[in-house]
Amino acid sequence: MHVHFLDPYRAGTSPVHALDPRVKLVLALAFILTTSLTPVGAWPIYVLLLAIVLSVEILSELGVGKVLRRSSLALPFVLAALPLAFSTGTQRLFAIPLGFGELAVYAEGLERFASIAVRSWISVQVAIVLASTTPFPDLMLAMRAIRVPRLLVSIFGLMWRYIFVMADEAQRLMRARESRSAVGAIPGLKAGGGIGWRARVTGGMAGNLFVRSLERGDRIYSAMSARGYDGEVRTLGLPRVSPGEWALLCGGIILLLGLLWLSFLLS
Amino acid sequence: MLRPTDLDAPPALHIERLSFSYPDGHPALHEVTLDVRQGEKVAIVGPNGAGKSTLILHLNGILTGQGTVRVCGLDVVKQNLGRVRALVGMVFQLPDDQLFSPTVFDDVAFGPLYQGLPEAEVRARVAQALAAVGMSEYMHRVSHHLSVGEKKRIAVATVLSMQPEMLVLDEPSAGLDPRARRGLINLLRDLPQTILVTTHDLPLVRDLCPRTIIMDGGTIVADGRTADILADEALLTAHGLEMP
Repeated sequence: MHVHFLDPYRAGTSPVHALDPRVKLVLALAFILTTSLTPVGAWPIYVLLLAIVLSVEILSELGVGKVLRRSSLALPFVLAALPLAFSTGTQRLFAIPLGFGELAVYAEGLERFASIAVRSWISVQVAIVLASTTPFPDLMLAMRAIRVPRLLVSIFGLMWRYIFVMADEAQRLMRARESRSAVGAIPGLKAGGGIGWRARVTGGMAGNLFVRSLERGDRIYSAMSARGYDGEVRTLGLPRVSPGEWALLCGGIILLLGLLWLSFLLS
Repeated sequence: MLRPTDLDAPPALHIERLSFSYPDGHPALHEVTLDVRQGEKVAIVGPNGAGKSTLILHLNGILTGQGTVRVCGLDVVKQNLGRVRALVGMVFQLPDDQLFSPTVFDDVAFGPLYQGLPEAEVRARVAQALAAVGMSEYMHRVSHHLSVGEKKRIAVATVLSMQPEMLVLDEPSAGLDPRARRGLINLLRDLPQTILVTTHDLPLVRDLCPRTIIMDGGTIVADGRTADILADEALLTAHGLEMP
């Protein structure tokens, strides 16, 4: 039994799947950059950006619902921007009464927070579509092709290779713990242990995984060195990007620049 | 099919028509039926992917399939899992998975502590379990730095401290040097519990288990006296095994 659910890639035959990974990567990065450069409160532009993402999602046949559900991953990170609503601006909207005083919410801060939330949500969707329609090895080739530092790409690649091994290991550890989490023969005793003790056990398991990963790293490095690794990963060349894909790439970037220009006009 | 005829002892394990498929649809067990009497030592052998490990993960409800699994008269169903896991001591193939606590003491004490036993009882159980595997002086060592053989013995102690009725060991001799392997065989042979081992180590089977079950393709293809099964070269070869 192995853990596969971590791999977001879903095989398919849609035009989004078929697009050259280099073009896809560059367009996705350009899109995310555009989204993050769009000024606060440029709501019409956000709607246009969202429309583009949703169209790509429909085109990719991944299922819009599935992508939207996955995009909830961004929520906890968005919360980091929440304090803006309480700290930025002058126009007081309302106040939340607390025991020791009250927490004022400002219109300007709230708009800023909402803008950040919407933009992160759109960006995460693009990333999900990219990762779901491009096998990870192709994504790595694309990163190399657009000159992402090779060391960084190697680190991504090794992480990708071994994160599943680690997930399997974690699963086996948890199984072993579950197998010994039993109820004794003497009635009346409360099974489960205290929360502090349980936390210590979990901490021990995490530490265990860390030490083992560290040791595995050493072994992998030895195995790589034994096959002549010198810090440089060599790969076969990639096919040329077709004229049609070049056109799509340029068209996409011009469209994004246009949207950006429009958003500054609006603000 | 041969069966031991000692019908007086109550069954330690009763499995009836157990089938299981992994979530991806891959079938792993097909209508497995099996009875093990108390105190019996049984080996389950067979090629990789035969379903041995999948079968033993059903004995304490880590996996649940269709059919009946009963341990010491207790159905392995959700509401009984707490008790079942106290009755079935599962020793996994890799001792590193079993030893997830910082020290040997913490690991051996995990089961008793989880059960909520009083401290004096926990200490007594740990001392007893470590003595049973001949590792008393390792109590305060860090598990991480032990040899595979030592870890294996500690792994056995981590379930003995729960005083189980049955021990289930997955590939107990994998990775052990001859001396550690011999020591483990002697240790297991002297334990009073019902023991089920899955293994590829047929000499271990010969020395430890009077009864052998061959699994292949998710079903039991032979079940009988070890002496008979290990002498049947055609049967062994047909299921990817070699005569010891």
